[in-house]
Amino acid sequence: MNNKPISRPGHVALRVLDLDESIHHYVDVLGLIETGRDSQGRVYLKAWDEHDHHCLILREADSPGMDYMAFKVVSESELKRLAQAIEDYGISTEWIKAGESLATGERVRFTAPTGHVFELYAHKDIYGNGMPTTNPGIQAQNLKGIHPSRFDHCALMGNGVEESYRLFKDVLGFDLTEQVVDGENMMAAFMSCSNKPHDVAFIFAEEKGKFHHMSFFVDSWAQVLAAADIIANHDVSHEVGPTRHGITRGETMYFFDPSGNRNEVFSGGYIWYSDRPTLTWTTDELPRAIFFTERKLSETFFKVMT
Amino acid sequence: MHLIRIMNSNEQFYCDVEKNLLQGMQSLARKGIPVGCRGGGCGICRIKVQKGLYDCKRMSRDHVSEIEQADGIALACRLYPKSDLDIEVLGLKTSKKICTHNEKEGN
Repeated sequence: MNNKPISRPGHVALRVLDLDESIHHYVDVLGLIETGRDSQGRVYLKAWDEHDHHCLILREADSPGMDYMAFKVVSESELKRLAQAIEDYGISTEWIKAGESLATGERVRFTAPTGHVFELYAHKDIYGNGMPTTNPGIQAQNLKGIHPSRFDHCALMGNGVEESYRLFKDVLGFDLTEQVVDGENMMAAFMSCSNKPHDVAFIFAEEKGKFHHMSFFVDSWAQVLAAADIIANHDVSHEVGPTRHGITRGETMYFFDPSGNRNEVFSGGYIWYSDRPTLTWTTDELPRAIFFTERKLSETFFKVMT
Repeated sequence: MHLIRIMNSNEQFYCDVEKNLLQGMQSLARKGIPVGCRGGGCGICRIKVQKGLYDCKRMSRDHVSEIEQADGIALACRLYPKSDLDIEVLGLKTSKKICTHNEKEGN
């Protein structure tokens, strides 16, 4: 039984260069569902099997990348307690009032040592997954594109991996499921607030605050393969896969949205329990850890980020 | 079709007017310009056009400033040739945003 204050990743706010091209990508190709637009022109999207209002917010900007990643906290009282705990840890927080983004309660915002902005919230309106909750059926109707069932995790790049790991472990209650080490240095930390092999990953890069990818969960290896056909049919920029990760054991494919933000479709992986030991990979085994099938690194995977 | 000459590696390829420079290069299995996200976001395929006419779609301002763009700098994945081009490959700009350790807010 888990008793963690953060229940799961909630949503990501991404910047894109062209909103219409991006909506085509995320709705028609990836198969998310548009659930709203606000007065600032931001577009809200969710994966089909999510009940909450959104898992992705897009806004048009001069440079792509991530504005912030938000986690859902189990209760309002835990939200207040975590905000104080972050302050006590020496990181300043900012409250954002309920309703600033659609369907979302008050949020607390802070910046992790790797330079990434995170938000915590306890309430989001229910939108539903397209099926009743009594006698529901197994899949909503009229799904488009790849139609992942949910947002799964983000990988974020920057220096300060070990410091961000400590914040997430000591203050936010995450577990370290896997890590990549170079001698004494932590080069990557895979962290879970749930029973997934990761909910967020921090990977070393010289520059802080960079976005590596946002990952969406599909139900099977077969659906990863189907996703490969779909991105080819839509001439989407492809990077790696379908292939297998050593870390997390997940089946995967990477591609880019029209502004160069990296997306992943991911299936499989193992069930994480907090009493499992952390798995450690050494940098000499990094190729196998990242791409288990090929056992070699891609030219772009650790260099291309937004 | 326009002839694209990469002046700092002596490579050249023909690029269809409908294709951006990176697509043109990759579709002929040519090399010379580094390939990244292909969406104007990552800055890996940064080049400078020395001679020729072209159009550009929107590119990340983190990688090509307005001044640089006016000076012929562009991302190859967003650049469509309108004539033969002579280009120089620049690659990823060394970022000014590299931060030092211990940049925690509130300290």
